[in-house]
Amino acid sequence: MRKKEMIAMLLAGGQGSRLGVLTAKVAKPAVAFGGKYRIIDFPLSNCINSGIDTVGVLTQYQPLRLNTHIGIGIPWDLDRNFGGVTILPPYEKSDNSEWYTGTANAIYQNLDYMETFHPEYVLILSGDHIYKMDYEVMLDYHKENQADVTIAAMPVPKEEASRFGIVVTDREGKISEFQEKPPEPKSNLASMGIYIFSWKVLKEALIALEHVPGCDFGKHIIPYCHDRGQRLFAYEYNGYWKDVGTLGSYWEANMELIDIIPEFNLYEEYWKIYTNSGILPPQYISGQAVVDRSIVGNGTEIYGEVHNSVIGSGVTIGNGTVVRDSIIMKDVTIGDGCVIDKSIIAENCEIGTNVTFGIGSSVPNKMKPAIYSFGLVTVGENSVVPAGVQVGKNTAISGVTVREDYPNGVLESGETLIKAGGRV
Amino acid sequence: MRAVGIILAGGNSHKMRELTQRRAIAAMPVAGSYRAIDFALSNMSNSHIQKVAVLTQYNARSLNEHLNSSKWWDFGRKQGGLYVFTPTITADNGYWYRGTADAIYQNLDFLRRCHEPYVIITSGDAVYKMDYNKILEYHIEKKADVTVVCKRLDDNEDASRFGTLKLDETMRIEDFEEKPMLATSNMISTGIYVIRRRLLIDLIEHCAEEERHDFVTDILIRYKNLKRMYGYEIKDYWSNISTVAAYYRTNMDFLDPKVRNYFFKEHPEIYSKVSDLPPAKYNPGAVVKNSLVASGSIVNGTVENSILFKKTFVGNNCVIKNSIILNDVYLGDNTYIENCIVESRDTIRAKTRHVGENGVKVIVEKNERYAL
Repeated sequence: MRKKEMIAMLLAGGQGSRLGVLTAKVAKPAVAFGGKYRIIDFPLSNCINSGIDTVGVLTQYQPLRLNTHIGIGIPWDLDRNFGGVTILPPYEKSDNSEWYTGTANAIYQNLDYMETFHPEYVLILSGDHIYKMDYEVMLDYHKENQADVTIAAMPVPKEEASRFGIVVTDREGKISEFQEKPPEPKSNLASMGIYIFSWKVLKEALIALEHVPGCDFGKHIIPYCHDRGQRLFAYEYNGYWKDVGTLGSYWEANMELIDIIPEFNLYEEYWKIYTNSGILPPQYISGQAVVDRSIVGNGTEIYGEVHNSVIGSGVTIGNGTVVRDSIIMKDVTIGDGCVIDKSIIAENCEIGTNVTFGIGSSVPNKMKPAIYSFGLVTVGENSVVPAGVQVGKNTAISGVTVREDYPNGVLESGETLIKAGGRV
Repeated sequence: MRAVGIILAGGNSHKMRELTQRRAIAAMPVAGSYRAIDFALSNMSNSHIQKVAVLTQYNARSLNEHLNSSKWWDFGRKQGGLYVFTPTITADNGYWYRGTADAIYQNLDFLRRCHEPYVIITSGDAVYKMDYNKILEYHIEKKADVTVVCKRLDDNEDASRFGTLKLDETMRIEDFEEKPMLATSNMISTGIYVIRRRLLIDLIEHCAEEERHDFVTDILIRYKNLKRMYGYEIKDYWSNISTVAAYYRTNMDFLDPKVRNYFFKEHPEIYSKVSDLPPAKYNPGAVVKNSLVASGSIVNGTVENSILFKKTFVGNNCVIKNSIILNDVYLGDNTYIENCIVESRDTIRAKTRHVGENGVKVIVEKNERYAL
């Protein structure tokens, strides 16, 4: 019987709505990160680097970009005869048809897929965190403890603990209590949403809870296993791990890559991050350009100034343009004479000449103050911004915009401009 | 498909000086992110030629490493694929490839077992883009036996390291000289040929019977009056890299936006093996002007009119001018490099100075690397 000791199930179906216009048309795991990567590259690379060559990727929200990015898994060496990467969207069944209603429900609907590999262990991952982790070490820990479930957990500051699922452990790491977003946390060990289940335990729990609406690992499966007295252990992780769920944390995590020796170092030899990047040519820095404290992707041409920024592949930055503290994704064209301050410009946007981003004071966004904050200008993918306009802070722009959309040529701080259409 | 491809990548040239001690010319890194053979391979792939043989024998390790998977050029199909042929000892042959014709002869079974009517032959050491179907159309239209792709060199360029051609007004080849002492024509052969497969097999077999081994002198030049040979002039960019000067100039050509756009932005694209390196990083102190920088590089110093290949590390206060730094080079702090080509995987000690005084200097250092 052909079998795999451990397979991974990667949850990549979520929208990540707190990323605003960045995830209007793509799932959060497919959002660009660090100049040439997408968020999902990190868990996928961790899998192959940990020796896991069978990964089911569960998609649901806007999966096109994810599907084209993953393909048959060549960049991660996940194109295999047996195993490899498989995209698992929700599907119609003979008796019912439903979307993935929760994290555990999505896994439940793919019991058949997992069964094919006769695994002993199943690793559950989410596709929206930036980190490097050797899952094999975690599996060793799981075996050592003869655990039924191992939950990766990391210490967080006490005051932030109530935002997370918190595990309370004894001295050996055995979990005695599990608290979901507790007002008064009893520990500071936060669950990272990374679980290793012994296959029999997972299968039993999924079937037992099959009728629970919106069945979720944190809310249902883990408490169920705990209540039945199964052996739950916390695997403490102390490396770099970043949830890039909000525009602010997304921006910060990108900026951290620029430090001289970044805490999260992409330049290490032994734990490479793989990605599907079509663009191969080197970047060109012109005679007038100034580039410092930045990382820049392949095929980009810089004629202006770039400071403290993360620039993707295939970008053009025009003459006399100054880009500062910004994230510019793949294939963006920025015209001449622009000033781009603290902005996130998503893929394939076109910014006209003499455009200024990031003027004025930090007025909260009128439509979605919780999302468009941090003083950022956020531009959704395929957007067009006409020449000569000025844009304030805490703003969002999406679609093909024309000069008439900007009163007196200005989009004031706190405004949101969503139009139809997109740059081809 | 109507044609199979043969890439002649066997060669070495003393004119490349130290640079080919480590690899065949076809494996030379070019334009920051590529290897010379990528251009021929991508042209084959983009011309929908699915079956390609690469013939190589000189120090092929680096080339083999580059070709370890054919998927980057979109070969690796059930139909066709990429074949790398190095000389092997067989029951009736114990020689290395004694010439280009002999290289094809030793692998004649490959050609015999194909069913495609035509063969495209090219060299692995030229930088160009070409749709071979266009030459094939031309070849058929002219009812040619052999079509030779040729290029008119500028007057200041030396044609004597190439084969030179004289064409009549119908483009038929009147005269063909290989590496003449004094070139009388500035029309040169690019080493790209179209020929019918059956005819090629006949000519190669005949050539072998007579103990002759070179495709140009023993086939093209000997048969030039007997067979219908036509020239096809390539007007776009084409450059052969097989001398140090030509290699340096070809790389520097990529600083010209016309050349860069032609290869990097215009369809179809050039493929290469993906190396999974992070984006290039510019630390405080980096001053980069008119230069190409490939992925994985980290820049702390000054770089002007230069090309940094993949994974170059430029230390603090370094100055690099008019130079080519090949893959995975570490430049210690305060080094000064001007008019040089630095061989790949080198470690240049801090505070050293290298200047190419009369022409380009090739730096090959074998220092231990302690840093990082």
